[in-house]
Amino acid sequence: MSPRLRLLPLLAALGSVALAQETIKIGEYSSLTGKEASFGQSSHHGIVLAVEEINAAGGVLGKKIELITEDNQTKPGESATVVNKLISRDKVVALIGEVASGRSLEAAPIAQRSRIPMIAPAATNPKVTETGNYIFRVCFIDPFQGTAMAKFAEDTLKVKKVAIASSVSSAYSVGLARFFRETFTAGGGTITAEQKFSEGDKDFRAQLTAIRASGAEAVFVPAYYTEAALLIRQARDLGMTMPFFGGDGWEAPQLLEIGGAAMNGTYYSTHFSAENKEPVVADFVARYKARWDGEVPGAFSALGYDSVYVLVDAIKRAGTTDGPKLRDAIAQTKGFAGVTGITTINAQRDATKPAAIIAVRDGKLEFLKTVAP
Amino acid sequence: MTEFLQQLLNGLSLGAIYALIALGYTMVYGVLRFINFAHADVFMVGAFAGYYLGQFLPEDTLWGGSIVLIGAMAASAALGMTIERLAYRPLRNAPTLNVLITAIGVSLLLQYSGQVFFGAAPRTFPPVLPSRNFEIGTLTLSSNQLVVIGVAIALVVALQFIVFRTKMGTAMRAVSLNPKAAQLVGVNNNVVITFTFALGSALAGAGGILYSLNYPSIDPLMGVMPGLKAFVAAILGGIGNIPGAALGGLLLGTVETFVAGSQYSTYKDAIAFAILIIILLFRPAGLLGRFTAEKV
Repeated sequence: MSPRLRLLPLLAALGSVALAQETIKIGEYSSLTGKEASFGQSSHHGIVLAVEEINAAGGVLGKKIELITEDNQTKPGESATVVNKLISRDKVVALIGEVASGRSLEAAPIAQRSRIPMIAPAATNPKVTETGNYIFRVCFIDPFQGTAMAKFAEDTLKVKKVAIASSVSSAYSVGLARFFRETFTAGGGTITAEQKFSEGDKDFRAQLTAIRASGAEAVFVPAYYTEAALLIRQARDLGMTMPFFGGDGWEAPQLLEIGGAAMNGTYYSTHFSAENKEPVVADFVARYKARWDGEVPGAFSALGYDSVYVLVDAIKRAGTTDGPKLRDAIAQTKGFAGVTGITTINAQRDATKPAAIIAVRDGKLEFLKTVAP
Repeated sequence: MTEFLQQLLNGLSLGAIYALIALGYTMVYGVLRFINFAHADVFMVGAFAGYYLGQFLPEDTLWGGSIVLIGAMAASAALGMTIERLAYRPLRNAPTLNVLITAIGVSLLLQYSGQVFFGAAPRTFPPVLPSRNFEIGTLTLSSNQLVVIGVAIALVVALQFIVFRTKMGTAMRAVSLNPKAAQLVGVNNNVVITFTFALGSALAGAGGILYSLNYPSIDPLMGVMPGLKAFVAAILGGIGNIPGAALGGLLLGTVETFVAGSQYSTYKDAIAFAILIIILLFRPAGLLGRFTAEKV
């Protein structure tokens, strides 16, 4: 090979580097595989759809968006590793993730230290955005969700005695259980039993037997869908027929798959319902179904989709992708109309949004009502 | 009182699953004097074999369930024999530590190849056996729990029979006692060891199916926690001792259940394991194990 020919691949490489600089890199970290794969998959689908739409419409600031996705396998510790890689090696200008609060809390300090704005689509624990001024979210927070479910138990289920079964190793579960307990007991209700389990547990009969003996009229299960479905199945096996209810951690098709008929008579609060008849939602549902082979978008798909649009809207207003300026622009987001409602980022960098309450009846999800904040 | 009895039932059914897995650990140890750490992952492969078989069979039938159980046991036995042939036999004369490290390697290999072949997302195990709930007074018991307890008891009896009443069992005990002498009197060590692995792995496969029937969410890392608990149960009962493994499993499951049902449910595993440490302090060879001096 002559020296000149040997230079050719090098030149080609240089050319591609120059081309790559013409894109705006956004990093996404999510649980695409593992125990909470459903969360990662649905938010990923929403994010990809939004990026594709924006690129098809010409991109932002004259550049295309390049989405770099990393999988944290639902494993503790993995989010920190992949986010470090996204920031230091891929040089992303902003981060989108995660659905779960625990994993968002792992990534948030890294984003804050590197001054890379991070938007969590669905991490509801208040601590996530308390990490620092570069961390935002586009969903409601657990104090609101806990209050909404406590009111729901009092007013709709009409129960006074509730037991709680929560996971000790998930920041989401611990927080939501606390906010529920505070509101529910303040409203005159009693918590008859508070039983704990860990992420990945499969046997809940011991905790359930204790709950059954406590005389609870309903059971609040602020957990993720795998544990919630297994727990409720075992509860029905133990002859417990009372209503079970939980939060947005239940939002996954696997809830009904694992739980089966046991899930009838359960309720949960979430961010979005595909059954909502508003034109903006119906339109999104149609586009999403066309892109992902008829899959119906869940709450996390919609929030992932909205996170990208909120970010791109801020990039447009900032006119740059420079960290501090982009941060300021995201913080000034006001009245942004997305598919999950109006997003206004408040002083705590959270969004205030209504919650949808879903009931499971005859093996189907049914939209019950919306609870305004 | 009702609550106490119900918790006891819950504990026994959880313990029976630990016992099923512990039997495999203890059998291989009894013959080869080494812990087959890949056992818990054979358990996982058994569950997945049942999952794929279940796709072709009708749900909720006794014969469908039996085919799934037998198929999974056969697949696990084949896998166990393959592992023994490829990974452990070449190390037959190597120090025990080398085999132990190989076992951990095989375990990781199975876990992560499982993630490639089966995918890392959890799957929902089909209800292959018809399930019913029985009410005895205020106690509730599901047929799946009964099946687990029944199968565990039957297997302990069958294993005791094989080890102490059959020719193969005599050969197994001979190999365990002194492999060289066994060979001198005409025992084919390789056949005996292969048989041990096949039997142990078939038990793991059965355990995988029964576990998945009770907890119908399976994934490639599902063997890790039950495997660890079963390993502890085997040690607790006296490793190498078959009734000991069953006793250890039942004890561990019951203790864990009682702690989980109390107000200290947060410390479930911590308290259960602390009790185990205390038992082992007083009986270092396990509950039914005999203390034997290591031959040098």
